[in-house]
Amino acid sequence: MQWLVEPFQYEFFRTGIAVAMLAGALCGLLGVYIVLRGMSYIGHGLSHAIFGGAVVSFVMQWNFYLGAGLWGFLTAVLINQTARRTRIGADAAIGVITTASFAVGVALISRYRRFTQSFDAALFGNILGVTWDEVAVVAGITVLVAAVILVAYKQLLFTTFDAEVAQVYGVRTQWIDTLFALALAAAIIASMQVLGVTLIAAALVIPAITARLLTDSFDRMMLYAVTIGVLCGALGMYVSFYVDIASGATIVLLQSTFFVFALIVSGLRHQAGRRLAHVHVD
Amino acid sequence: MEPLVELRNVSFRYGTAPVLDDVSLHLHRGQFAALVGPSGAGKTSLLKLVLGTLQPNQGDVAIDGKSLRNQPAPHVGYVPQLETVDWNFPVTVEQVVLMGRVRRDGWLPWHSRAAKREAHAVLERLEIDHLAGRHIRNLSGGQQQRVFLARALIAQPELLVLDEPTSGVDMRTAENVLHLLADLNRQGITILMTTHDLNSAAAHVPWVVCINRRVIAEGAPEDVFTDAVLSETYQGEMMVIRHDGMIIVHQKPHHHTHRDILPDPVPGHPAPRTAARSPEPAEAPVTTEVPHAVAG
Repeated sequence: MQWLVEPFQYEFFRTGIAVAMLAGALCGLLGVYIVLRGMSYIGHGLSHAIFGGAVVSFVMQWNFYLGAGLWGFLTAVLINQTARRTRIGADAAIGVITTASFAVGVALISRYRRFTQSFDAALFGNILGVTWDEVAVVAGITVLVAAVILVAYKQLLFTTFDAEVAQVYGVRTQWIDTLFALALAAAIIASMQVLGVTLIAAALVIPAITARLLTDSFDRMMLYAVTIGVLCGALGMYVSFYVDIASGATIVLLQSTFFVFALIVSGLRHQAGRRLAHVHVD
Repeated sequence: MEPLVELRNVSFRYGTAPVLDDVSLHLHRGQFAALVGPSGAGKTSLLKLVLGTLQPNQGDVAIDGKSLRNQPAPHVGYVPQLETVDWNFPVTVEQVVLMGRVRRDGWLPWHSRAAKREAHAVLERLEIDHLAGRHIRNLSGGQQQRVFLARALIAQPELLVLDEPTSGVDMRTAENVLHLLADLNRQGITILMTTHDLNSAAAHVPWVVCINRRVIAEGAPEDVFTDAVLSETYQGEMMVIRHDGMIIVHQKPHHHTHRDILPDPVPGHPAPRTAARSPEPAEAPVTTEVPHAVAG
């Protein structure tokens, strides 16, 4: 058991594992809605857009969380409105708006070359450099997003299932979409330090789609996605510590392993179900 | 008496394409009406205008005297086309039904015992209570239709709006669904639905509205279902047969010449042997066998 305890003597591991587990829970929770809405690409797009916001915040000397958060939220709202009010589909809107936003970041970096180093961390994650203050911010965001999802649980479920019909039954779907965009922007900012812009999309989608393969129940899907997110966050930190590879990449690779496992289990279950059906028919 | 649903000179278009042109329609409390017309006639758009999810470009839609400008219709239950439902979504029958009372639900994420009892009572009324825990994918067409009807009924609607409730189900199930709607109508619920099944509409629905961008005619099926009205509605020759109190609608066979049916032979290849047939027109209404019963 020594191997379990040993890494905890290091401050960077204690903060790292805490933030990795929190980000895993957060991404797992929101990922369920993203996957069921068929918006898997939004995590990828929004994380790139927020990178642009982070650079702007740095140049303007704004608070990182507020500046990048506001930028991400406005981007998500802009995507929603463009898709709703124009003939442009959501996928194209994500492609145009988020890439333009990312390009703003890249342009600013090329103009002000002095801070290239810190934005490497934003792109690829820097979990070992996380402070307790940052852990507290991520914990706060996680609790807030979980509270929003609990309070708007029924409205979110109905809107995700069928937004147009939900509107007929009195759900304010525009508000729900806006609230969700806000939560998503917050989650991406919280996870940026852990996974980096390039890997956030995977952390949002893989635990949720893995959970979907394992169950037909919405509540259980949420539970499984959060559990997989938390578990991969913790395990990824250990593997990263002992094998000495980047922690963000390790976490995503572990999640991918879970996905392959779920794919096999689901395939076997499907086959067994078909065999059972044959037995009943016979 | 003030109508429950009122469309006053409503015009609607998607972009520049006109969908509905100067439509005026009234539906009184307790009425059971079906909108019939070819695909693209504006039936579903009209339903969405009544539901408040689309806004007219001109004119006004009112429910119970209140205009629907920028607000959803109150006390309405809606059953969408089954084809639009995501059957892989991870929800059970009970969860889908409980969505219908979202307007009355509090902010707690779980449902109260009273809410669950209510859901089971509605499912029992529709004779599918035993399916409450089942995933929505694992249901027959008729059961799926009843689940979405249950979701509409738990909303305690004055007006029930259904988009093609008989499409995608077999003939017997379609008959059962229409019988069920007639029962609900007798219990006081006003019903507005769209359908392509003219024969079932003639047998079960007391009021029909023929539309094709505008209202062509409305009234009891025996008055409205005539060769002239249906031919104008469907822009093709229609035949109405009246036999022993029943109305049977059929598309008049279109006689083609040999050249119309067979493609030009490819040089060097023999022409394909095709049996002479009456090709279905693109927008043909569903024609079924003679309905079993004539209900009102």
